[in-house]
Amino acid sequence: MRGNAVSESPRPLEESPDEALYRPIEQTGPGFYWAAAGLLAIFFFGAYQYLRQFSLGLGVTGMNQPVTWGFYIINFVFFIGISHAGTLISAILRLNQAEWRRPITRMAEVITAIVLLIGGLHPIIDLGRPDRALNIFMWGRLQSPLLWDVMSITAYLAASTVYLYVPMIPDIAKLRDRGTRPRWLYEFLSWNWQGTPRQHQVLSRAMNLLMVLVIPVAVSVHTVISYIFAMTLEAGWHSTIFGPYFVAGAIFSGIACLMVVMIVFRKVYHFEAYLKEVHFANLAKLMLVMAVVWFYLTFSEYLTGFFGQEPAELDVIMYKFTGPYAFPFWLMVFLNFIVPVAILSRKRTRTIPWILVVSLGIVVGMWLERLIIVVPSLAVPYVPFPSHPYWPSLAEISIFAAAIAAFCLGFMAFAKFFPLISIWEIEEGRESAIRETSARIASYLPDDPEPSASDEEAVPEGAK
Amino acid sequence: MSKELSESGLRHRRWGMVIDLDRCTGCAACVAACKAENNVPEVSPEEAQMGRVMSWMRIARKEVAEGERASISMYPSLCQHCETAPCTWVCPVHATYKGIDGIVGQTYPRCIGCRYCMAACPYTVKVFNWSEPRWEEALREHTNPDVSLRYKGVVEKCTFCSHRLLKARDDAAVEGRDVREEEYQPACVEVCPAKAMLFGDLEDEDSRVATAARSPRGHQLLEELGTEPAVHYLDERERRV
Repeated sequence: MRGNAVSESPRPLEESPDEALYRPIEQTGPGFYWAAAGLLAIFFFGAYQYLRQFSLGLGVTGMNQPVTWGFYIINFVFFIGISHAGTLISAILRLNQAEWRRPITRMAEVITAIVLLIGGLHPIIDLGRPDRALNIFMWGRLQSPLLWDVMSITAYLAASTVYLYVPMIPDIAKLRDRGTRPRWLYEFLSWNWQGTPRQHQVLSRAMNLLMVLVIPVAVSVHTVISYIFAMTLEAGWHSTIFGPYFVAGAIFSGIACLMVVMIVFRKVYHFEAYLKEVHFANLAKLMLVMAVVWFYLTFSEYLTGFFGQEPAELDVIMYKFTGPYAFPFWLMVFLNFIVPVAILSRKRTRTIPWILVVSLGIVVGMWLERLIIVVPSLAVPYVPFPSHPYWPSLAEISIFAAAIAAFCLGFMAFAKFFPLISIWEIEEGRESAIRETSARIASYLPDDPEPSASDEEAVPEGAK
Repeated sequence: MSKELSESGLRHRRWGMVIDLDRCTGCAACVAACKAENNVPEVSPEEAQMGRVMSWMRIARKEVAEGERASISMYPSLCQHCETAPCTWVCPVHATYKGIDGIVGQTYPRCIGCRYCMAACPYTVKVFNWSEPRWEEALREHTNPDVSLRYKGVVEKCTFCSHRLLKARDDAAVEGRDVREEEYQPACVEVCPAKAMLFGDLEDEDSRVATAARSPRGHQLLEELGTEPAVHYLDERERRV
């Protein structure tokens, strides 16, 4: 099989123009091992803290009555939100035939797959009796929003891993043909891909089907997570806007995380030739739009609560605006709205260093948003109840750190075995995208036999 | 057994409570009686500081402004045994449910400890076993054998002393009749020195609780949420005009 492939391609493999994309897989520097060791240490410390929690009970956390949900649920909502980076953005860009998507989609999809595994584990970390987690299958009540989550997240995990894997098959075959180790892995995963026209046709149909399917699943995931809160009667949670609010926030934090990942790997693996300023600038525009959408939804949510002057609702709002959560609240508004709009709306500051600053700010700001949603509503119950401040314990902080370390490790492990930028899609872009895009743009124009002056203007604009 | 009971013509009851706040002195005898009756574990002062007091019943305090003056309003707070109980709606594993005669029950061996019911309860009456429950040596030997001991990681709350109802039902079934009101009284009601608490069948229009609940001083907590609690409070300050 391997011999076949070699004889089919006449040019020597070593001279592939995309050699830079194979390098992270075929060469491992000492930095990789140092980083992995550091991250593993953080991860194992978190794992130890979890084992401690497992044997001693949730008492090792900082949670109490009435703040019965803390870091674990905040991080659950946060990580699942980040997962929208990927599959949703990549599916939307592919569906729109946005040509600049080619070097971005793979990384976006990897984020989704890794973060979903981590986020999906958080409700189990949060359980008082994780040994009984399987009760949700034996005694599961489909009426409970938690069960909706179980279904929706497993569906999304299945869909997004398939959606990550299927477009990767041609790249895996390339690695197989280069003889990259471990051979059996690429041999097995490439499914005998030979790049025949028939195989390309099937692949393209599968990808089309998957990206259309994955979008509603992705939207449903964060909608259903918002329903955990919105389906209760708690002031500050019981809101019809929560579904779209969570989805918008998820896409927003997802793009920011994607930007950070792209900038880091661009630097570490020298992908400067592939991830150019234009890719960041285009994503930054999308991020700017999401910042405005996020602010609009936040504004609507708080204005309706405030205008109604319902005592319970007002208590929660004032607790967020002026109470112990005032600092995280206003920091969230600053990082999620003021900074992105101030920096990203000007072309001069839409550069990679600034985008990195804004994106890190948004990741932090969106985490604060999850905090602002989860804790204050619990801390201000309807009835008079002695209030105790919630502070995360060492266990909660180290498990959070371990989750972030697991994300980085997952990404590094992926980069060690598979290309982070879709090689075949880049090749396809080089070979046929300009021709196809020009043909597509020509088809948009009026069927005018005589060449018109608007032709020249339309091409560069549409080609974006 | 339940089959026999239904054949013996048990009618549906809606056990409920009326608490007269104009009589209540806030002495917390009900809190102590409940703790002893239901084997509610102790917590250390540090845990209490953190907000992990284990109590199925507590005295809630609220400062109310009355024009120029401020007064303190106190009421015993316990599970309201809502007709439309928000906690039972969200439980993923059917561990909290509407049980016999509308009493909201907890199945400890099934609870996975997700604490969703606690978050969903508007009355904040559920407590969680943050760590392995402890009793003082002497108390550990004198736990109530009718009430199961809980363990770490599960949610618990007031059950209207439903173990007493089960006992009363057994006794009544032997005689082939219905449970009489005086046969089933929760510990808090029994012990109240101010006689501020009444317990009985709200569905029986002539019962003492049902009559008291209709009082113009009567109200329920957070009536506007539509949870239809089985606990009614009487309070001169809330008198209906």
